[in-house]
Amino acid sequence: MPFIPHTDDDVREMLAAIGAPSIEALFDEIPRELRIQSLNGVPEGLSELEIGRLMSERARQDGRPLNFIGAGAYEHHIPSAVWAIVSRGEIYSAYTPYQAEASQGTLQSIYEYQTMMASLTGMQVSNATLYDGGSALAEAALMAVRAHRKSASQRLLVPANVHPHYRKVAVTTAGNQGLVFDPLPWLRDSGRVDAAALARHAGEDITAVVIQQPNFFGAIEDVDALTDAAHALGALVIAVVNPTSLAILKPPGEWGAKGADIVVGEGQPLGVPLSSGGPYFGFMATRMEYVRQMPGRIVGRTVDLDGREGFALTLQAREQHIRRGKATSNICTNQGLLMTAATIYLSIMGPEGLERVATQSALRTRELVAALGRVQGVRRAFESPYFHEAVLQFDRPVAPVLRALAERDIIGGFDLADDYPELGAALLVCATETKTTADIERYAAALAEALRAARAA
Amino acid sequence: MPQRSEKLIFEYSRPGRGAAGQWPARAEVPADLPATLRRRTRPLLPEVSELEAVRHFTRLSQLNFSIDTHFYPLGSCTMKYNPKACNQYAMLPGFLARHPLGPESRGQGFLACMHELQEMLKAVTGMRGVSLAPMAGAQGEFAGVAMIRAYHRARGDLARNEIIVPEAAHGTNPATATMCGCVVREIPVRADGDVDLDALKAVVGPNTAGIMLTNPSTLGVFERRIKEVAAIVHAAGGLLYYDGANLNAILGKVRPGDMGFDVIHMNLHKTFSTPHGGGGPGSGAVGVGERLLPFLPIPLVGRDGEHYRWLSERDLPQSIGRLSAFMGNAGVLLRAYVYMRMLGREGMSRVGDYATLNANYLLAKLTQAGYDAAYPERRASHEFIITARRQARERQVTAMDIAKRLLDYGFHAPTTYFPLLVPECLLIEPTETESREALDAFVEAMVKIAQETESNPQLLKEAPHSLPVRRLDDVRAARQLDLVWRPGTAA
Repeated sequence: MPFIPHTDDDVREMLAAIGAPSIEALFDEIPRELRIQSLNGVPEGLSELEIGRLMSERARQDGRPLNFIGAGAYEHHIPSAVWAIVSRGEIYSAYTPYQAEASQGTLQSIYEYQTMMASLTGMQVSNATLYDGGSALAEAALMAVRAHRKSASQRLLVPANVHPHYRKVAVTTAGNQGLVFDPLPWLRDSGRVDAAALARHAGEDITAVVIQQPNFFGAIEDVDALTDAAHALGALVIAVVNPTSLAILKPPGEWGAKGADIVVGEGQPLGVPLSSGGPYFGFMATRMEYVRQMPGRIVGRTVDLDGREGFALTLQAREQHIRRGKATSNICTNQGLLMTAATIYLSIMGPEGLERVATQSALRTRELVAALGRVQGVRRAFESPYFHEAVLQFDRPVAPVLRALAERDIIGGFDLADDYPELGAALLVCATETKTTADIERYAAALAEALRAARAA
Repeated sequence: MPQRSEKLIFEYSRPGRGAAGQWPARAEVPADLPATLRRRTRPLLPEVSELEAVRHFTRLSQLNFSIDTHFYPLGSCTMKYNPKACNQYAMLPGFLARHPLGPESRGQGFLACMHELQEMLKAVTGMRGVSLAPMAGAQGEFAGVAMIRAYHRARGDLARNEIIVPEAAHGTNPATATMCGCVVREIPVRADGDVDLDALKAVVGPNTAGIMLTNPSTLGVFERRIKEVAAIVHAAGGLLYYDGANLNAILGKVRPGDMGFDVIHMNLHKTFSTPHGGGGPGSGAVGVGERLLPFLPIPLVGRDGEHYRWLSERDLPQSIGRLSAFMGNAGVLLRAYVYMRMLGREGMSRVGDYATLNANYLLAKLTQAGYDAAYPERRASHEFIITARRQARERQVTAMDIAKRLLDYGFHAPTTYFPLLVPECLLIEPTETESREALDAFVEAMVKIAQETESNPQLLKEAPHSLPVRRLDDVRAARQLDLVWRPGTAA
């Protein structure tokens, strides 16, 4: 029996100790008519050898194409040490650190993580992660409503160039509680939000304004002007940021005159593999004055009975297991394993390594944009500074071109047709430090070929 | 021999040191990035060698208890063995490299696993549809209650905003109801552990959206009159939500769909053995009956002949929507898939059998050793409650003291002070993967603790004595908040 250690003798003696004639008898409180005899629909069990063969075939089936999609999930080099350590049973198979004395490893890792993320974002405090970037934005919206006591509207302004899936998650999560997310337009020539668009809301009760840097199109927003304009409305500022970019871009804590109020984002670029979309982790940081409104676990440093330094979960009075219906959120887990991966990643990369990853990603994307821009029928959509993603405008629909590229083992980018039909044929592309000049040339040649074929057809 | 403490990673840091072999080449930041929007000071990240980082985090790991190192009889958490194969095969390079927005044509292997996982979960729960999107139990709960609300709204039944919750429920249940904009109505539980049907009849009505139940309940007993509960709630126009926290108890024995539940979330990190990871990731797939099918959270995985594809808003226009940026905790889902395929039909039925055998054996041995069962006349399900009310009254030894002393004996503490309605409770769940010898060793430690309760209660009140730290000052942690390290500071 897989993973069940009992021998026949064990079962006999254990039943004798219980005073039950059979295992079956232990279920005698369940009404008979509810019992099932067999799990039809579940196949026969497989040995590890067999399941290994099956999974290897399926993984091989999906191959390892050359990938140029970012759109919220980024392919970066991950040092071997990261997952070698994270896969240790003492980390992988540990429970939530409620028993602090038996969980000092997890707790200290979280404290180190909180320190790194607070510094990276330029904020005073960080929590111990949320589910992912999208759900972190949803939680930030709810948090803003709690934190902004003078605002009664529960109304947030969200630029339409914030990740479309994040906006959807925010509506799913917070819509039932009456939060309203109103869109802010972006400018057609730059792909960016105009601070003047914010000024048009002067005199309205706005709880918070969301600013994504870089935005979904990869463009760099004028975050100083936007932050000041949002604060001038009396709104809080929720920053959505890419953690890698913060090695070279201004941290949200320094945006404008007063800095952002809540910072969230997708932590995946920090040592977490693409893995079809998860598990990733969302990060959240804020000012000390809002710490009691922040959802999720938080670890504090304290002392034990002997005065020795130690770590414990703190401010638990915010959480569901204490506050139940009055909790700041129903969240009961964090993404501990991924947070640990990120902490190890940031330790190994250090400030120099992270800066180089950010810089090289920006440079590779410029190389990519230049190479693809030389292909007939392709040009850049926006004249804006960008980080490591950019939008390309095509002279014909993108989807068939992407299919042709996929046949050549190239994943060419993210087609914007569904989310931004107003852009016409537009493709969001990304390159990171993992791409070489040869990779980029291969993509450009394949794209030229695919477009030539499309024109000829 | 592992040491008892480890300094902070920042204290190893030396300017100019680093794991240079991991870094790409140095280059100037592109000049087109506006100077005013660039970072001016470097973030506080450690500058350490790769070996220093590896040693530091390995040493930290050794300060933890974990399933791989310790017995974890943590009630309601199902801390069973996480098979290594599940991790290994979810982390094959092909799966890790796949971008979530990559084309379906380059994801057929992954999507096939997801589709089969949906089908197997339907089979073991007796539900009609499954969405794998929720990223944790609490998010699955949220999806479930949001679907119940969407169902009533779609019918124009707008007054239904009350969610009924038994007083023994997990804290996430009322918190979830609030998050969905519902009002929580708590109902009492009878002395024998079953829901008070008269109280239930008194609260249901035209405002009832639904009821959230765990079965077996958090009291470690099977709700015997579940069919009557379902009939009462359904007759009043409400729906039944099954909190899958305790699904391990009944796997292969009873299915929530057959009990009358309309929606269920499953904790794949409990019943299907994906890792807890020191607090996550979890995974909270949801299953629904016929009525809620149109409302499932997206994306789902559909199948057209031999081709698998994502189902989105276009396929499910009434969906409650997206819960994650991409596809939930996909890698966790792969681990659950491997686990279910390895167990297969027979292995899965045995989970409920042996989880229940272990719990009832441990309950029998502990009551023989003089501990008080909270529900002595009831069968244990996969877990049971011991109450230390007597020890607290006579010797001032609390459930917390017993739990902390167990750590000294090398056992993770059971769940304490939950459910809240049993005073001084220890909720104990051994799971099916523990051997009889492991259970006997636990009983032996509990016998010693019983003796110490009589002979030296102070020893228990100050436990643990042999762990990396002793009891921590939680009050100080909350009052003098020290949440980030600054150079030159100590606790």
